[in-house]
Amino acid sequence: MSSTLRQGRRRPATRVPPGLMIVGAVFALGFLAANAAIGYVVIDGRLDGQWYDIRDLGFAVQELKAQLDAINDDQPGFLDDIVGQHWMSYAVGALLGAIGILSFIGGALLVLIWVERRLIGRMQIRRGPNRVGPYGLLQPVADAVKLIQKEVLTPDGADRILFLLPPAIIFVPMMTAWGPVPWAPNMAYLDINVGVLYLIAVSSLTTLAVFLAGWSSNNHYALLGSMRTVAMMISYEIPLSIALLSVVLITGSMQLSEIVQWQADHNLWLIALLPIAMVTYFFSSTAELNRTPNDIAEAESEIVAGFHTEYSGMKFGLFYAVELGNALLVATLVATFFLGGWSLFGLEEWIPGYLILFAKLSAAYFVLVWLRGTLPRFRLDQLMRFAWQYLIPLSLFNLLIVAIEASLLARWDAPGLVTLGLFTVVNWGAAYILFRDWARRIGYQPDAGGPRRAELTQQVGGIEAAHRMGTAT
Amino acid sequence: MPAGPRQLTGDTVASALSGALPGVVASATAEWVEVEPNRIAEALRWLHDDAEMDAKQLSNLCAVDRHDRFEVVYHLQSMDRNHQIVVKAVVGEHDDPALPSSYPIYKGALLQEREVYDLMGIRFEGHPDLRRMFLWEGYPGFPLRKDFLQIPDHHPGLPKFPFEEPGVQAR
Amino acid sequence: MTTATEPYVLNIGPQHPSTHGVFRLRVVMDGERIQDMDMVVGYLHRSMEKLAEERTYTQNIPFTDRADYLAAMSGNLGYCLAVEMLSGVEVPERASYLRVIFAELQRIASHSMANGTFVNDAGAWQTPLMYMFRERERILDLFEMTGGARLTTNYMRIGGVAFDPPPEFFPAIESLVSDLPDRIDEYAELLIDNEILLARSRGVGTITAEDAINGSLSGPMLRGSGVPWDLRKAEPYCVYDRMDFDIPVGRNGDAYDRFLVRLEEVRQSTKIIRQALDGLPSGPHKTDIPLALRPDPGEAYGRVEGPRGELGFYVVSDGGSAPFRFHVRAPSLINLSLLREMAVGSSLPDAIVALGSVDIVVGEIDR
Repeated sequence: MSSTLRQGRRRPATRVPPGLMIVGAVFALGFLAANAAIGYVVIDGRLDGQWYDIRDLGFAVQELKAQLDAINDDQPGFLDDIVGQHWMSYAVGALLGAIGILSFIGGALLVLIWVERRLIGRMQIRRGPNRVGPYGLLQPVADAVKLIQKEVLTPDGADRILFLLPPAIIFVPMMTAWGPVPWAPNMAYLDINVGVLYLIAVSSLTTLAVFLAGWSSNNHYALLGSMRTVAMMISYEIPLSIALLSVVLITGSMQLSEIVQWQADHNLWLIALLPIAMVTYFFSSTAELNRTPNDIAEAESEIVAGFHTEYSGMKFGLFYAVELGNALLVATLVATFFLGGWSLFGLEEWIPGYLILFAKLSAAYFVLVWLRGTLPRFRLDQLMRFAWQYLIPLSLFNLLIVAIEASLLARWDAPGLVTLGLFTVVNWGAAYILFRDWARRIGYQPDAGGPRRAELTQQVGGIEAAHRMGTAT
Repeated sequence: MPAGPRQLTGDTVASALSGALPGVVASATAEWVEVEPNRIAEALRWLHDDAEMDAKQLSNLCAVDRHDRFEVVYHLQSMDRNHQIVVKAVVGEHDDPALPSSYPIYKGALLQEREVYDLMGIRFEGHPDLRRMFLWEGYPGFPLRKDFLQIPDHHPGLPKFPFEEPGVQAR
Repeated sequence: MTTATEPYVLNIGPQHPSTHGVFRLRVVMDGERIQDMDMVVGYLHRSMEKLAEERTYTQNIPFTDRADYLAAMSGNLGYCLAVEMLSGVEVPERASYLRVIFAELQRIASHSMANGTFVNDAGAWQTPLMYMFRERERILDLFEMTGGARLTTNYMRIGGVAFDPPPEFFPAIESLVSDLPDRIDEYAELLIDNEILLARSRGVGTITAEDAINGSLSGPMLRGSGVPWDLRKAEPYCVYDRMDFDIPVGRNGDAYDRFLVRLEEVRQSTKIIRQALDGLPSGPHKTDIPLALRPDPGEAYGRVEGPRGELGFYVVSDGGSAPFRFHVRAPSLINLSLLREMAVGSSLPDAIVALGSVDIVVGEIDR
């Protein structure tokens, strides 16, 4: 063996001083109180004497921000020089968003962990959790309690501060990325006009936390996992962004609510118009999410748990929650971009938009679970090759086609049924040809590599018999 | 005496072997052929290469401690001829036994010779990686030897089965 | 600025999801590429060979369960054959048939486990394993029905088998044998043409036929490399000479071929069980032997085609009631002879898949 492992020094166990604990508790209580107060103001409808229900969340948030801005304008705040004009409205909006998103994600996670485990159980001909509570519904709660009780270890050789940060940091992109998601025509916390750009930017932040976790653990498995993650994220950001670019081209907007509105107006989901972009986006997202078949960053059978190998207790729980939250986010974004978001061919008049979106995201999430329950895992180099040789050229071709179509759409004054119908047919044809022929072009042969069935023989022998049968290699 | 259903008799092997390599055979019975220990690699090489013997595979290698000597037993297999050859090498030296390694001929001897070295203490000279395998480096003694631990008045094996009576049948 | 890479040592195991027990690999890696490999075994060493020298021949049968705990029946069978060769005990015909039936059931159970964990190593998230466990579970139920134990069966005896199967055994095994071909097709459909599995296991851990023979490989490792060698045909023990079955042989000698060979062997075992059930004669299932068997001085090497390969038992008698020497030729250990050749130069995921395709059982490696 050419080198040896360095042994870390023994460190005494960490003791948090009581003063710090009190300060932390006061800070946390203050944070909760502020959140509760803002929630109370909004939900109570005292804002402008008008009653807002949850479907008009967008209006409520806008109204709140407008009022806060007005207050701010009257009495300029002391922070104006530093953060600009409307700091208070942004701070309050962020807190408000945090309440809403956290409560939604928390609730959804508790249910979705159960759903996922039951689904996988069914796929694996077993029952899944069915002991804690009715139908095992309380299993996620029991898991969380168990994780909280477990000891949180810090490895000897780890960089302690950097090791503490990632579970907290990794929550930020997952949480903030939920901001622009439109749940109904007026139901988004942060309906900014560069939503797509914002999403791409924010979701790539996850890489930082993952790499930090892997590097600071001082563990080879963790390091391997984080290196894999970085390599993969860099590769898959590109097809993912190009896929979203084609969505932006055809709808002419980067605002998520506008994209959904476009699909509602044209009564056409973008999956029909942009099949290549849909597949590219979905596959790249599974790579970013570390879900099978692309879960190489935490490939259990190779590198144990990848970047979070050394995390235990609730720190691991946070990583786990973020992983599920990200899967949920991707399912939501697929539903928003490609499956029409809250629109359902006019039925959104009668059914609340958020229920429609939830149904669609559940379908997308089911596909994620299904993949996980079915497929083996790629190898890192295969995955890289797939991104650079296959997905990126394909999405570039797709971008070209969509660009031509978008410019035609702007100039050609024909009924939508004709133009969009024609484009749909063209794009599906192109998808079929491109998917098949590009695979052949980069050297994929469906039946290469010999027979897929063992040869049967009655004779017995060694190397001579093998040569006689032609099976010796 | 029992022999495998397709075992080549030791006498046949011995006559072929001494024809090709004079003086290599020490003795032979119907079951096995005993080879001079320092020429074991040579004999195995010939058995491996000879078309009639065709011992292409070393199917088993183990050692037996006979109190004053070690028997190293090679079960060789010819697959095309479908017969088995049993070759033995007796190492007279009991304190520091050594034998030429068969790894240059059979790659399959890699782990089997390591196992014999680990548990029986026979050094195979020419083995590329002769270390303890199941036990750790520095383990005192070689446990499969009959004199391991040297407990006074303890004789290996069962002298008499506790409830053994003549005529009692196992059920 | 120049950057230099430095090789580092990665300890895979002894606690690792894909070492299948307490087995450890010390791997010198350069990034993801393996430069050198060393295996560390012995965590499960129970010195069976030494212990066996202090117990009677019959008392040693449970050791053979615990060596290869996934193929206890095959271990029982090999040891009993060796002792029967040594002592000249006759085996009734019904016992021979029962031995064939149980050894083949054990082979199906063991191969199901092997294939399931192999696909698990390739990254499938437990699903194929669970499907293969479905069959294994029914087989273990049959073992429990007959001998009372599921895993460490201790079922075969010198001169026969311990118990005759109860009446409810036969309908159960009939239904299992009639279900099995469909079930095998089911997971063949899921796995054989799976592009990801193909990409992961084709060309991984390739061993040529010459190397396989020279490296003492046996069982599916040898047959996967294209050598049609099966002790059940080459040196028929029990009543295998009356059975009609084929030897499955691979073409490329890679991990995928070993997987195919195992899958096909399950099919062939089903055929053998069907024939053995049809030909099962009535009569005694066991010969009575003395409570303490004292074979004449001599030695015997009994071997069977276990699920992992040639499972041999070399038993030496000095005329006493305990074996003078008891040696297990453990296929799991000897199949690892070429692991280093398979792994060095490949990447870590490939090495894991190659190791998974060897199908080791650590209890048998360490004994």
